Amino acid sequence: MSDMTAIQGTQNSGLTQPIYLDYQATTPCDPRVVEAMLPYFTERFGNPHSRNHYYGWEAEEAVEKAREEIATIIGADPKEIVFTSGATESNNLALKGVAYFYREKKNHIVTVVTEHKCVLDSCRHLEQDGFQVTYLPVQKNGLIRLDELEAAITDKTVMVSVMAVNNEIGVIQPLAEIGAICRKKGVFFHTDGAQAVGKIPLDVNAMNIDLMSISAHKIYGPKGIGALYVRRRPRVRLQSLIDGGGQERGMRSGTLATPLCVGFGEACRIAREEMPAEAKRLTALRERLLKGVRERLPEVYLNGDAELRIPGNLNISFAFVEGEGLMMGVKDIAVSSGSACTSASLEPSYVLRALGLDAEMAHTSLRIGIGRFTTEKEIDYAIGHIVEAVSRLRELSPLWEMHQEGIDIKSIQWADH
Amino acid sequence: MSYSEKVIDHYEHPRNVGSFQKSDGGVGTGLVGAPACGDVMKLQIKVSAEGIIEDAKFKTFGCGSAIASSSLVTEWVKGKTLDEAAKIKNTEIAQHLALPPVKIHCSVLAEDAIKAAIADYKKKNGLEEDAAQ
Repeated sequence: MSDMTAIQGTQNSGLTQPIYLDYQATTPCDPRVVEAMLPYFTERFGNPHSRNHYYGWEAEEAVEKAREEIATIIGADPKEIVFTSGATESNNLALKGVAYFYREKKNHIVTVVTEHKCVLDSCRHLEQDGFQVTYLPVQKNGLIRLDELEAAITDKTVMVSVMAVNNEIGVIQPLAEIGAICRKKGVFFHTDGAQAVGKIPLDVNAMNIDLMSISAHKIYGPKGIGALYVRRRPRVRLQSLIDGGGQERGMRSGTLATPLCVGFGEACRIAREEMPAEAKRLTALRERLLKGVRERLPEVYLNGDAELRIPGNLNISFAFVEGEGLMMGVKDIAVSSGSACTSASLEPSYVLRALGLDAEMAHTSLRIGIGRFTTEKEIDYAIGHIVEAVSRLRELSPLWEMHQEGIDIKSIQWADH
Repeated sequence: MSYSEKVIDHYEHPRNVGSFQKSDGGVGTGLVGAPACGDVMKLQIKVSAEGIIEDAKFKTFGCGSAIASSSLVTEWVKGKTLDEAAKIKNTEIAQHLALPPVKIHCSVLAEDAIKAAIADYKKKNGLEEDAAQ
């Protein structure tokens, strides 16, 4: 870790490449993870499903050790971990797998409007196939209301799917409370844990979670692997999406990628051991950045709950400055924008809109992700860089000018286009 | 998304940023776009007694392509008559800046801004609008 910091520090001081502040998009592999993976590409290359020889046993042992690490970080049993290609596949498998398995008895799913696209898209797919889906709204702070959740569950509901941590605004949903409601009502509780695992303490038993999607590359592991936690007692059954040799207890066929499994396991081990210290450090960096920007810029708004969010996430609207224009101005830092111009559509982030943000405020947001290799020096550089860009663009902004003149922008009749 | 060199140049060194006094009789102001859509352009022209645009200024809320499009048109309209300026087409702007298809609307907005500024000037000065185009 210290090596990595040193390398990045050197690069950034000369700024041969931008400072990486997009840790919710992905994370670099921890060098310790790469180290653990390497032998499994070359000398320990066996197929973990080969039952008859040393190479297979060696690979199987490594995979099972990794499975144990993944189970431990969420308080599960290793037998409840199904390896997949990533959280997208896990979410597809959880939603479609459970829905199709129980479709004779139940046909209703409850989820949330701010879920990741892969959950929403899987739900749309199920709707087209005759299922009913309820999309719960969120409050201004990004959290669902428990009474609305409870009211949405019917005797036809098979599953509730609520993400643990939102990928854009980093807010943490009340998992234990949701789990308690689901258990009481006798419906399965699936949570997309891609942004939560390794960042906040999770316990599938204490929280009554029945299925949880996990991603390796969000926690300094390799891309291309994830897992689905599937509870065994009381048993959750699902229909597989990928059929074949019956690996992963028949829920996900295909030869396991031993090096990726090993890297995933090592990433979980490191995350679990370092979580308390890292959470503290990242929270301090996050507060430093927010405070630094707010001290020097007016009209800066934090999107999502200020307290109930993961340590490494900030989502900030800089009023009167358009997000994509701002991204171009902060080219020394790699961040992401809630403004839609970055995508092909002209609609701003549906997550920010769901908070009740006006479209113009949703257009002015930046998501800043802080992680394991972010240094205080980088945060200080980012503060200065952001302040400079926002100030410059506000001087260029007709909306800022109107605001300075005391004109309410909402009072103007804008043309639609 | 990668930007053309010309877009980056206008974004980093925008030409003619600022505002004229709106109430000034020789000034025409065009305000187009909408905050909710992520682009607002304000283009102002200062017209001489002979009907020549002698100066122009802009302010834009928007992406790099929107800023570049409006910066560019402030350069283009200067020295032109109102009729000449009104003939600037969004396709010329898009072509000059090498805008990708998803950014064509920025050039459309810049063309609208010129037309709106001219219309405002004409209205203020009691000049007859040309027959509807």
